[in-house]
Amino acid sequence: MDAWLARWRHRLPHLIRRPRIDLPLAGALALLATIGFFTQYSASDLNTGQAMAQGTRLLLGTFLLVVVSRIPPLTLRNWTPWLYAGSVMLLVLVALLGEGRGAHRWLDLHFVRFQPSELLKLTMPMMAAWMLNQRPLPPSWTTLAMVAALIVLPAGLIAEQPDLGTALLVGASGLFAVFLAGLAWWRIGLIVASVLAAMPVAWHFLHEYQRNRVRMLFNPESDPLGLGWHIIQSKIAVGSGGLWGKGWHHSTQSRLEFLPEHTTDFIFSVFAEEWGLIGVLLLLALYVFIIGRSLWIAANAKDTYSRLLAGAISMSFFVYVMVNGGMITGILPVVGVPLPLISYGGTSTVSILATFGVLMSIHAQRRRVAA
Amino acid sequence: MKLRPLKDARQESRVFGQRALIGFIGIVLALGILGLRFWSLQVLHNKEYQARSDANRILTRPLAPARGLIYDRNGVLLAENVAAFRLEITPEQVGDMDALLADLRTVIGVSDEDVSRFRALARSKRSYQSIPLRMKLGEEEIARFSVNRWRFRGVDVVPYLTRYYPKGAEFGHLVGYVGRIDANDVERLDAARYAGTTHAGKTGIERAYEKLLHGEPGYELVEVNADRRPLRVLERVAPIPGRNLYLSIDSRIQQAGVAAFAGRPGASVAIDPRNGEVLAMISMPGFDPNLFVNGISQADYDALLESPDKPLLDRALRGSYVPGSTIKPFLAMAGLELGFRKPDDTILSTGEFFIPGQKRGYRDVRAGGHGRVDLVQSLAQSVNTYYYALALDMGIDAFSDYMARFGFGQATGIDLIGERAGVLPSRQWKRANLNAAWYPGETVIAGIGQGFWVVTPIQLAHGLATLANAGVGHSPHLLRATQEGIGGDVINQPEVPAQTPIIKHASNWDAVRAGMIAVVNGPTGTARTMGDGFPYVIAGKSGTAERYSRTDETWTHISQVAIERHQVLFEAFTPAESPRIAVMVVLEAGRGGGRDAAPIVRTMMDAWLGSEPAGQGNEPVTAPATEQRH
Repeated sequence: MDAWLARWRHRLPHLIRRPRIDLPLAGALALLATIGFFTQYSASDLNTGQAMAQGTRLLLGTFLLVVVSRIPPLTLRNWTPWLYAGSVMLLVLVALLGEGRGAHRWLDLHFVRFQPSELLKLTMPMMAAWMLNQRPLPPSWTTLAMVAALIVLPAGLIAEQPDLGTALLVGASGLFAVFLAGLAWWRIGLIVASVLAAMPVAWHFLHEYQRNRVRMLFNPESDPLGLGWHIIQSKIAVGSGGLWGKGWHHSTQSRLEFLPEHTTDFIFSVFAEEWGLIGVLLLLALYVFIIGRSLWIAANAKDTYSRLLAGAISMSFFVYVMVNGGMITGILPVVGVPLPLISYGGTSTVSILATFGVLMSIHAQRRRVAA
Repeated sequence: MKLRPLKDARQESRVFGQRALIGFIGIVLALGILGLRFWSLQVLHNKEYQARSDANRILTRPLAPARGLIYDRNGVLLAENVAAFRLEITPEQVGDMDALLADLRTVIGVSDEDVSRFRALARSKRSYQSIPLRMKLGEEEIARFSVNRWRFRGVDVVPYLTRYYPKGAEFGHLVGYVGRIDANDVERLDAARYAGTTHAGKTGIERAYEKLLHGEPGYELVEVNADRRPLRVLERVAPIPGRNLYLSIDSRIQQAGVAAFAGRPGASVAIDPRNGEVLAMISMPGFDPNLFVNGISQADYDALLESPDKPLLDRALRGSYVPGSTIKPFLAMAGLELGFRKPDDTILSTGEFFIPGQKRGYRDVRAGGHGRVDLVQSLAQSVNTYYYALALDMGIDAFSDYMARFGFGQATGIDLIGERAGVLPSRQWKRANLNAAWYPGETVIAGIGQGFWVVTPIQLAHGLATLANAGVGHSPHLLRATQEGIGGDVINQPEVPAQTPIIKHASNWDAVRAGMIAVVNGPTGTARTMGDGFPYVIAGKSGTAERYSRTDETWTHISQVAIERHQVLFEAFTPAESPRIAVMVVLEAGRGGGRDAAPIVRTMMDAWLGSEPAGQGNEPVTAPATEQRH
């Protein structure tokens, strides 16, 4: 007992001076999770069961965050190719025998059902960072082609499920790593131009329901019974919130069930209705802080692998917010992307928190010079 | 080893810093735009959306359309809708689903299958949509539920129309059945159109014409209070019922045929050669489609699946049969048209046929042979040697080329889903499927409809109808007319265009027909008695094919062979001078085509005869609104 106390007395000042966990980031995440929890509770019409489920997932996610933060980035780097290959294998498996919702996303392991595509949200930026770390930077066309192949394989499999939202997130996380590695601007310009040129071809490959979602964006009123319903009802919810909002648990759009999926993909609409523009701006500011702080951690990382990984993770966090916010306000098509730590959904909450565990681990091994 | 350029750690770190900063600025800008969008919605347009939100007390409820009815050509009802009640649950309004289901089971019979189907469907639908748990509640169950209703929040008894097939198994394969929409159907069907629909066509006509039968859904705008209780219906857009279908089927012929099969496995198709209308389409044994409508029990389903007679197989559409001698009239036609034979040419049948220079013999049916026969006798007595020689003279390429014109080896294009193509023996087919060269011996046995040959009943009936119509084919079809609602206008389907005529010389057709007439009416015909007492001349051809190849070379006369070893066919049309019906029958076990299959053909022709005065010609369907009793 004494020895234990003595060890802690020795470690405590050190922990306070150089905590493994970045306290500002952890605090911001905790605040976000709390906001999410209460928004959930309201959106589910004070359903205790659902609130409890979300609480449990937050606890599980936090536990994973702490566990992952104890794994040194070097270990992560050594595991990276295996983790990536493993998660892609699972994706292939799911394509062969998956089930769920008409789309093949779920893998049923009998004791737990999960979406392997969620794993890629972490293993994709890891693999991109690993590959870029092996190569001279800024990336050449060859490097770019190699990373592109690593991105296209899983993103394609996920888009085929079809789960456009996750495919987008996974693809973006890989591309951000390339961007942060310093890909020359003229190359970026060339790629963007050719992607724009390829748009009509991509349209050809979209599922009919995905095309309808894009069409609906431009004219939601044309189909008030079907897909347009989502967008119209969401805009009514957001717009009627006004500057100050209707107050907690006063979202009529959600309570009268005009808003579909109001605890999952459309929870931002409920939040906007209840807390108004002020609430929305504060929430966006919180997200900006989290992204900024994460990028700061990335910039202070010890090696290129950690830097690129942390940077890619931070920037993909933005994609969640932008795609979800754009969807509920009707400026982006309806794509199933959750609002991080606010939307109801087990796998996404847990996987996002686990991702931040990686950031914490990188933070713990930051450069001495910056300390 | 190739030298890698050195990595410059400091440079990489510096570049990263720049990029991270640029990225962050980009992110802030993008989120700024998002913030502006919120500002536009929440401040600029706040009044507008506030007003719409206040007015938003109106829920849209989908209304399922009534499914179209299915009639035969005379207005006999084959599929109708009857009123029933089902139990629905709205998952969102239920706290603990497991407890609720357990509790419900104490009041109403709910099987494990019902529950698993319900759960699968609940995963694919939105939680605010109600999902059926049990169909066709009994009166007692409704009463018991009503008493206990207060215990079950989110559970409702909903009246609906359910499908009923009054003719049951007689039309099971043809009309098919509807079943509850399951997770697979959700992908196939347009979610918006099926929002209120619980059943969709799974097989047969019900599946093939799902689009016509389903109709367009309507909706109801219901004003609700703050607790989502409906206050009043504001607007109701009635659903448009599905179209009623009039099939070309004559249920009298169909029913007579089913009865004549007496449960023996086989199939039959009758076609009006003048236009390709299918008059009867039988697959035996059948099954009762009503079993499937509200979810078949596992025991019933297992019984159907495990029955050795495969009652779920639609033999008329998908059955694979060796055509045997039924292809001889087609081959005779080919021989005449392509100039390999003249009607009067004779061939000597000695009981065994040899390819010049080969030892293996190909047998005739009668030991010692039929003697010298011309075309008419070759058909009447089904003389194999005549056709061995003819096929060999033509060669396989000319043979398969000509047979393809009658539709063999390809789908007929009938308006049902899942038709098979069968096999027309050809060099290309063998190369593509067996990757082997063609041998002359295979040409010889192809000449009597054996070897690689596989036909479906609909295919053979189509070929027969084409032949009967003097070589002018029509793609077989079942839909004759549609009707918009009961009492609405009946709109005839456009006539199916005639295919390119096959027969160039009418005299050739007369010769083959004379042979087929001799089969039924000649003193030596293989179906001598089948036309007795029939007012019109019948022309036909029998076919008897071995189901298993012989294991030894000892010659056996057909009548001595066990029934089980033969699959027997008969094809016929009448009146021979201007055919109005062509019928084919296949029995999976029998002594001979003329003996066992021909009587079924005759029974069906008798039934057709009974319908003749009314169904004389090709007049448009008149609209009987209700079922006609006979």
